[in-house]
Amino acid sequence: MTISELQEQIVSEFSLFDDWMDKYNYLIEMARSLPIIDERYKTDQYVITGCQSKVWLHAETRDGKIFFSADSDAIITKGIVNLLIRVLSGHTPDEILNANMDFIDKVGLREHLSPTRSNGLTSMIKQMKLYALAFKTKSEV
Amino acid sequence: MCPFPINKIREDFPILRQMVYGRPLVYFDNAASTQKPVQVIRAITGYYETDNCNIHRGVHFLSQRATEAYEDTRKLVQRFINAASSCEIIFTKGTTESINLVASSFGKQYISPGDEVLISIMEHHSNIVPWQQMCVERGAKVKFIPIHENGELDMYAFRKMVNEKTKLIAITHVSNVLGTVNPVKEIITYAHTYNIPVLIDGAQSISHLGADMHDLDCDFYCFSGHKMYAPMGIGVLYGKEKFLEALPPYQSGGEMIKEVYTDHTTFNELPFKFEAGTPNVEGVYGLRAAILYLQGLGLDNIRNYEQEILNYATDKLTAMGDIRIIGTAKEKISLISFLIGTVHPYDAGVIIDKMGIAVRTGHHCAMPLIEWYKIPATVRASFAFYNTVEEIDSLMEAIIRVKQMFG
Repeated sequence: MTISELQEQIVSEFSLFDDWMDKYNYLIEMARSLPIIDERYKTDQYVITGCQSKVWLHAETRDGKIFFSADSDAIITKGIVNLLIRVLSGHTPDEILNANMDFIDKVGLREHLSPTRSNGLTSMIKQMKLYALAFKTKSEV
Repeated sequence: MCPFPINKIREDFPILRQMVYGRPLVYFDNAASTQKPVQVIRAITGYYETDNCNIHRGVHFLSQRATEAYEDTRKLVQRFINAASSCEIIFTKGTTESINLVASSFGKQYISPGDEVLISIMEHHSNIVPWQQMCVERGAKVKFIPIHENGELDMYAFRKMVNEKTKLIAITHVSNVLGTVNPVKEIITYAHTYNIPVLIDGAQSISHLGADMHDLDCDFYCFSGHKMYAPMGIGVLYGKEKFLEALPPYQSGGEMIKEVYTDHTTFNELPFKFEAGTPNVEGVYGLRAAILYLQGLGLDNIRNYEQEILNYATDKLTAMGDIRIIGTAKEKISLISFLIGTVHPYDAGVIIDKMGIAVRTGHHCAMPLIEWYKIPATVRASFAFYNTVEEIDSLMEAIIRVKQMFG
């Protein structure tokens, strides 16, 4: 599936919930299937700043595609990172760099989450795109 | 509960009447900022409707009236905190600016390489970083007084840490994370036997305990308007006259100047020496209304009611089980930091917010303290006199929900 197809899939999953509780319960559910970062990358070097909770994010390439793994000490944050990973993992650096992440708004997470959290979300997306840029630059050298 | 006129008081706070996420707003983030009664809101709009102008220099009617109100408020603050003279009351932007002013001016005048400034591990960043910065510039050192597990200062360690290098002690009256009321009078008395001046950060205490400069005998005292039902952007620095006279100006320009020549400038007398630029006149109008409001309710009545609220919330939380209260000092103001089982405070905060309750989660601008407890953050519920036991019951419901979702 393309990045935008994956986003549509998530938007339609979330459209099933009209209650915020169900939405958050689903996020908690999503947290369980997060591809967990290797222990050796759970260091300050891989921490994303701008979140109230700690988030570690790692990326690697296989066959020109980027695969992310992450972890967080907060469960809702884990759920959110996993949404981002579901959308972006397994795509090329160019696809990731060009991805429009507007599904966040559509699933009502940005409007429902506090500004500090939105900043964290922005930092996560920025960091994922930075990984893509780094891999792209490396492959072009 | 005591016959505190809670329903009548709540009517004074229009912001509390609203619904958030379809539920009545419960505001438990009073340690971050308090809500404003209509009396304060009217004072601000009234200022702009009838008195607005620049103060101190105009000979015209409006300027005289606004100047009088501004200077009367200085006298009101003087009486409110029982200071010896109104020239010891400096209007600032808030506690942070007050502390920065002292750090900068006191540092220039009195701090030399090798000197020490003594603070505690429970300080807010605003009572850490200005000292750190000043000490870096002047080759001096900041030392941290440790605490006990219950959140009380280690007074034995404090006495051991005072030595001939100690040039200033800066300590918070009340911790914004733990709620601990520190034995500041004891600290001041001890420091003064060694002729060491003491600055008290009153940001968290002023609205709960008031302050008495004559009784405390501290050398500097700082507080913010917005944490005592007044607007943001107005605060106070109290300093003993002998120190304020001796310190160099902090910022220059405006009312702090006496005469300017092409080759030098002379400075105005106290308190104007420390009030550079056009002052926050609307803030001062708001501060006056807030002080009058608090005096109308009576600080003793406020304190008694808030202690009842604190005890009620502490009992409920304790009875719930699997709650760890961070900060169990014998003397506390109406504030509780806690952890719900192993739930991350951020997760808890998101759900509690959805229940219409405003609490604070995070390190509360006191990272060294959070680090000391080796926890990621806390959930903090801080109560004001307009909060009710029913609202605390709502918080308990929200905590049960959190436990269900993350348990």
